[in-house]
Amino acid sequence: MAKITFITRNGEKITVEGNDGSLMELAKQNNIKGIDGDCGGVCSCATCHVHVDPAYFEKTGTASEIENDMLELDDNVGEYSRLSCQIPVSDALDGLVLQVAN
Amino acid sequence: MSENPNNKVCVIIGASHAGVNLAFALRSEGWAGDIVLIDADAALPYHRPPLSKAYLASDDGIEQNLLKSADSYEKEGITLRLGVLVKSIDRADKCVHLNDDSVQVYDKLVLATGASPIVPPIPGIDGASNLYPLRTAEDVTNIRKALNTSQSKRVIVIGGGYIGLETAASLKKLGATVTVLEREERVLSRVTAPEISQFFTNLHKQYGVEIFTDKNVVSIETKNGLNVIKCSDNSRFNADIIVVGVGIRVNTALAVAAGLEVENGIKVNATARTSDEDIYAIGDCTFHHNPHYNRFIRLESVQNAVDQAKVAAAAIAGKETTYNTIPWFWSDQYDVKLQMVGLSEGYNRILVRKEASEDTKFSVWYFKDDELLAVDAVNNAKAYVIGTKFIKEGKKVDASKLVDPSTPFKPANLLAE
Ligand SMILES: Cc1cc2nc3c(=O)[nH]c(=O)nc-3n(C[C@H](O)[C@H](O)[C@H](O)COP(=O)(O)OP(=O)(O)OC[C@H]3O[C@@H](n4cnc5c(N)ncnc54)[C@H](O)[C@@H]3O)c2cc1C
Ligand code: FES
Repeated sequence: MAKITFITRNGEKITVEGNDGSLMELAKQNNIKGIDGDCGGVCSCATCHVHVDPAYFEKTGTASEIENDMLELDDNVGEYSRLSCQIPVSDALDGLVLQVAN
Repeated sequence: MSENPNNKVCVIIGASHAGVNLAFALRSEGWAGDIVLIDADAALPYHRPPLSKAYLASDDGIEQNLLKSADSYEKEGITLRLGVLVKSIDRADKCVHLNDDSVQVYDKLVLATGASPIVPPIPGIDGASNLYPLRTAEDVTNIRKALNTSQSKRVIVIGGGYIGLETAASLKKLGATVTVLEREERVLSRVTAPEISQFFTNLHKQYGVEIFTDKNVVSIETKNGLNVIKCSDNSRFNADIIVVGVGIRVNTALAVAAGLEVENGIKVNATARTSDEDIYAIGDCTFHHNPHYNRFIRLESVQNAVDQAKVAAAAIAGKETTYNTIPWFWSDQYDVKLQMVGLSEGYNRILVRKEASEDTKFSVWYFKDDELLAVDAVNNAKAYVIGTKFIKEGKKVDASKLVDPSTPFKPANLLAE
């Protein structure tokens, strides 16, 4: 079980718990605003963009080439940007803090 | 027209990509009234694209595939009425009649009725065994059930469009013997250049899926659960399961009966409003104007459903935003990702960009004279992203630099002087 905190664009802080699936799916299950996941999690829409707390960035693994390219579609891309559908939820992510990008 | 004059009612017909996104966007836009979301499909609203892709090929239940979590509707005060069909719209009394004999009044009505798969009038098709279209979660359940109980697992897919090809790839993954019959001289002929068609034909061959083109199915004969499909060139194909993917028909019947303006879909203006000022239409069912390409079009895509939903939500909530997006689309087959941006129709020139030493990674760029219209990118999100930016900004491309694999793939390197 990992505790994960999403901070939405209007500053709302929501901590949720997850075991499996992707961070995008976890966000959707918990109605986190700003994570739309329009493509259903196949790295095609970039509507699940988050900024990862730098302290945790390594734990989320490395982005694939497609993911990095897709992030370029969003003007709000930064050094710690990820598409949350590409990050599997695991115990290793316990304590993770994410800023929703949009 | 609601009982409480301060509490307006927005009724949405169709709870799929368009309708669901509209309902939630309407709340975010500050609509305080009721929102009633109606769909004939009894399942909680789900993503459609995976139906022919990961969802078909996996064991996931539809719960893994929902558009919004089950409790989010209640949280946002959205009333879901699933498993009921809207029979008619009464514009004079501002209400809709449902097939459970109830009547639902509205102040604003949204048609998000989408499209239905075409089942072509082929002699014998009604008596065919295990013949399914692929549009709903129930279709997927039926196809999987048929496959599980079939001994020989011989599947014929009629139609080599995206849905047909994706279905073929997914069923192959499940261990079926799959053959695709395409009426035109190449697959995906309606939507892409020959280069892309050729690539996918080869890809399917590699995975052991047979594709036959110029195959016009003229009859189906069925005996003891075995279907024999006959084509106009007298060739015959046996199948115990048939999947029909020959396109869709827009669900316009309600709109037509209500006297709304309908052409190649329900006609809407830039705010997604129909010819009735209290009725909007969004998603696959609309015939709408695309400002970038300056023509009326109909699209079958998640992008269009979602973007029109946002525009209509804003308009209904009394804000004015207009629809102005570049269409985009994707298709996943085996481990290949195809991403498309723009509208290629009307192109008179294409350029193919290959990447050095990677033969499963390329992109096709469609131009009308020197105007970039569209890009199809195979395993190449970079091309898709650069294409998107160039089309949006109307940038001119240097053809020789683009097609030269030694030009590093960066926007600045590809622009015409
Ligand atoms: C197998 C498949 C794969 C696809 N793959 C992709 C893809 O990769 N990328 C992409 O962008 N798009 C894809 N699409 C297209 C995409 O799913 C559609 O563009 C999208 O679903 C359109 O959404 P919509 O809400 O406008 O219409 P629909 O999804 O068609 O929904 C309309 C809804 O209205 C309901 N309805 C209609 N009439 C009535 C009535 N009278 N009363 C009550 N309910 C009614 C229907 O039951 C239906 O649920 C795919 C589609 C399919 C079928
Ligand atoms: S959900 Fe579409 S890219 Fe993540």
